[in-house]
Amino acid sequence: MILSAPVEYVPAGRLRIADLSRLAKRHPLVAVGGGLLALLIVLAFAAPLYAGDPLNMDPFARLQPPSAGVWFGSDNLGRDVFARTVFGARISLIVGLTSAAGAALGGLLIGIIAGYVRSFDNIIMRVMDALMSIPTILLAIALISLTGPGIAILIVAITIVQLPSVTRLVRSVALSVRERPYVEAAVCGGARLPKVLWRHILPSTIPALMVQCAIVCAEAILIEAGLSFLGIGVPPEIPSWGNMISSSRLYLSIAPLTVFAPGICLAVTVLAVNLLGDGLRDLFDPRAKRRR
Amino acid sequence: MLMRDSIGDDVLLDVRDLETHFYGEESVTRALGGISFQVKKGETVGVVGESGCGKSVTALSILRLLPKLNAKTVGGEVRFQGRDLLQLSDREMRQIRGDQIAMIFQDPMTSLNPVYTVGRQIAEAVQIHTNASRSDAMAKAKEMLRLVRMADPERRVNSYPHEMSGGMRQRAMIAMALACSPELLIADEPTTALDVTIQAQILRLIVDLKERTGTAVMLITHDLGVVAETCQRVIVMYAGRIVEQATVTDLFARPAHPYTQGLMRSVPDRRRGRQRRLPEIPGIVPSLREPIVGCSFAPRCPFATGICSEQTPILHDVEPGHAAACWRAEEVVGA
Amino acid sequence: MSDPLLRVESLTKHYPLGAGILKKAVPMVRAVEDVSFSVKAGETLCIVGESGCGKSTVARLLMRLAEPTNGRVLIDGTDIAGLNKHALRAVRRRMQMVFQDPYSSLNPRLTAGQIITEPVENFERLSRRQREARAADLLQKVGMSPEMMHRLPSELSGGQRQRLGIARALSLNPSLIIADEAVSALDVSVQAQILNLLLDLQQQMGIAFIFISHDLGVVEHVGHRVAVMYLGRIVELAPCEALFANPVHPYTEALIAAAPVPDPARVRLEAPVDGEVPSPINPPNGCAFHPRCPLAVERCRIEVPPLVPMADGRVVACHVRAPADIPALEHIERTADTKNGHEAIDLEKDQDPGSGITKPH
Repeated sequence: MILSAPVEYVPAGRLRIADLSRLAKRHPLVAVGGGLLALLIVLAFAAPLYAGDPLNMDPFARLQPPSAGVWFGSDNLGRDVFARTVFGARISLIVGLTSAAGAALGGLLIGIIAGYVRSFDNIIMRVMDALMSIPTILLAIALISLTGPGIAILIVAITIVQLPSVTRLVRSVALSVRERPYVEAAVCGGARLPKVLWRHILPSTIPALMVQCAIVCAEAILIEAGLSFLGIGVPPEIPSWGNMISSSRLYLSIAPLTVFAPGICLAVTVLAVNLLGDGLRDLFDPRAKRRR
Repeated sequence: MLMRDSIGDDVLLDVRDLETHFYGEESVTRALGGISFQVKKGETVGVVGESGCGKSVTALSILRLLPKLNAKTVGGEVRFQGRDLLQLSDREMRQIRGDQIAMIFQDPMTSLNPVYTVGRQIAEAVQIHTNASRSDAMAKAKEMLRLVRMADPERRVNSYPHEMSGGMRQRAMIAMALACSPELLIADEPTTALDVTIQAQILRLIVDLKERTGTAVMLITHDLGVVAETCQRVIVMYAGRIVEQATVTDLFARPAHPYTQGLMRSVPDRRRGRQRRLPEIPGIVPSLREPIVGCSFAPRCPFATGICSEQTPILHDVEPGHAAACWRAEEVVGA
Repeated sequence: MSDPLLRVESLTKHYPLGAGILKKAVPMVRAVEDVSFSVKAGETLCIVGESGCGKSTVARLLMRLAEPTNGRVLIDGTDIAGLNKHALRAVRRRMQMVFQDPYSSLNPRLTAGQIITEPVENFERLSRRQREARAADLLQKVGMSPEMMHRLPSELSGGQRQRLGIARALSLNPSLIIADEAVSALDVSVQAQILNLLLDLQQQMGIAFIFISHDLGVVEHVGHRVAVMYLGRIVELAPCEALFANPVHPYTEALIAAAPVPDPARVRLEAPVDGEVPSPINPPNGCAFHPRCPLAVERCRIEVPPLVPMADGRVVACHVRAPADIPALEHIERTADTKNGHEAIDLEKDQDPGSGITKPH
């Protein structure tokens, strides 16, 4: 029947340019968010090609207004704000993307096992509940006090904190998929557990996981900026948006760009990631599309 | 009253050339390709066909309940007591729905509100269309539940839908549909989700109530057995068109369309004795996204000849009161 | 007489209703209660009944998709309940299942070829060419063209999908296929195609079927023997012709009478049975059918009727129509042995009246 035909999203096997342009037309949010994010990534990682040295201090050119030489002016130590901003993007993106990837991989593995192998479920989920109750900042401080500040330890802290939300999501999808007849059919056909998980359960969790990834990524970027602002994130000599805002906040009235440049970049990056996340949700959920 | 040509006084619903399209992202599905039929006062008409044949779309088109975003009735008229329902305002249509035409669905859960008691929902339906006071409406609700032979109506009137079994919910739906004594009841697969013993009870109930209240019933079903037991006249649909229309006795005794014949033969029936193979209709239902040239059943039809794949057959009388849309209907009847 | 292919002995399944951590007594759903039957090679046993009668649970228990609370399932004499994972996988090759819903029983992300060769690949490694050859062969067996192997399920019709489900079940060359409402979701014309396919396969390959359905017309068409279930128990098990020609249990009778017949000349005045199926959480005492039964006597309210063998090779659980006056095992065995071609139903020696009907609260 036309009205009740089941709608199930099936990803196309091959992606072509024509498909991409059609995707952009049908899902503008994905196109805008994804495009913006891609642009930011290119700009950040090509930074050495076009921007100056972000660490170079010039005590005689402190708090300079924007000019042809220093596009965004200079900060209180005479460093090029433009260079620091684009190099800072690297930190934000690296932290955001790696923690998202880490949380996604960890959450996927743990969530699928919790959702399918019922005997582990209770233990895993109680551990996740415990993790969820740890405040991010406290965990970051605790970890950093053990090892000293660094990007890696920051990523670990954020990943641990974000793990439960991804795990819960994957588990709930796995729980609903394991009841599907095609999963039971696979079991009847003699499939071993790893194969059932890999071939029949995992693919169904990917759409929801990608949406959750975007949310985690945006949150990770904000957490990094916040921790760096508080001085417990990235070491102060490394340019990061949080560090920049923190060290320049006293000079807001004299050199507003020293605060606004990283601030606006932070906002735009988070916005891009969130747009992508919303777009993906619409893309994967046919009902959300129809409601619009 | 303005009435076109010779419609008898006893015609309640007169559907002419009804055409409904569904719009997909890149395609148009011609769900109804211009169908015409009548329902007389107090008559039970069965509409049979397989999934996708347009039988439910017909009901939704008549009541103007199609999903607004992707479906549209693009042509035809639906004359109900002389008025074309397709021309009415939304407000006027709401007045008719539930009051003069009521509908019951396959899954009563979708049309019963889970947070109100069944009695309150029936009472509300009464209050929308009459000036009854709340207590009168509740009394009416109880009376209706008794009418549909709900076990223990005094208690059930205060039950929530989830506290009831599928059969009881369908009884409650029927009670609600009949509360305003409609002229026409459209029942879309009312017993498909029920067990056979409960199905027998519900069908019996629909027939009894029809006889008692004089409501005309349009019964949409895929089950020829259900049609045979409850209906007076039958409309057989295939690929968005009516292929045969007859009284129930004529249809089962002398099916005049090859599709009807195929359908009847492919149902296991012990009166024919146990044969090891069932006669099957080869092939599959055509897609309604592409325009169909000729008879839509021709590719699957054992009788098909040259003309069948070129010209669309028109529904014509094979014998009085028995019409079929088949170029070779006269030969098919005897086969 | 050779051993049956499958032998089920007093299979029982009780589900706890909801997880009770704090509550002491969790209400139990008595889905399947003391069910015994056997299936011979190449035979079709049908299980009929209305929703909630436990027929689908029986299928799941046989496939060990659910663990039985009690009872044994023997395939070629091996009890599958005691098997470890490895041995169970080997046994599963002999028994396959076709599911009801042709939409949800196929992974929407795999192609037809991948779906039907997956079971084989669970047991042996196939090269790409071998796999395609196997897929083509299986597709042809179920009447589809080999080009279909690259299609996704969403590109196929309901009938074609159900053929894929059958091809998947056939891929391991099973001796028994359990078809759980395998044609109920299909339109009648497609249903006829699938039923014919199943009958052909049975004839060519000698596969035994357990055919679970609520549709009596279909059951009568395909079945050799029929088991009628009501509220978790078998109430009548008989050769197909005998059951339809002369139903003994009042429930069987009602079920047959309730099925709509495509014959307008048949006039029915009253619905064949009143009331509804009681809840399996709190089934009635005695015979579960007694509240709806027109023949019920006092004994039916107290005592669960045992399955009693009748002269024509059927067994019936009814105090009125099949009174068990001599419920001694010897008598049953003697009657069973005199039947030719039909396996005896194992009956517990001590039919404890009211067993398993202790009321939960």
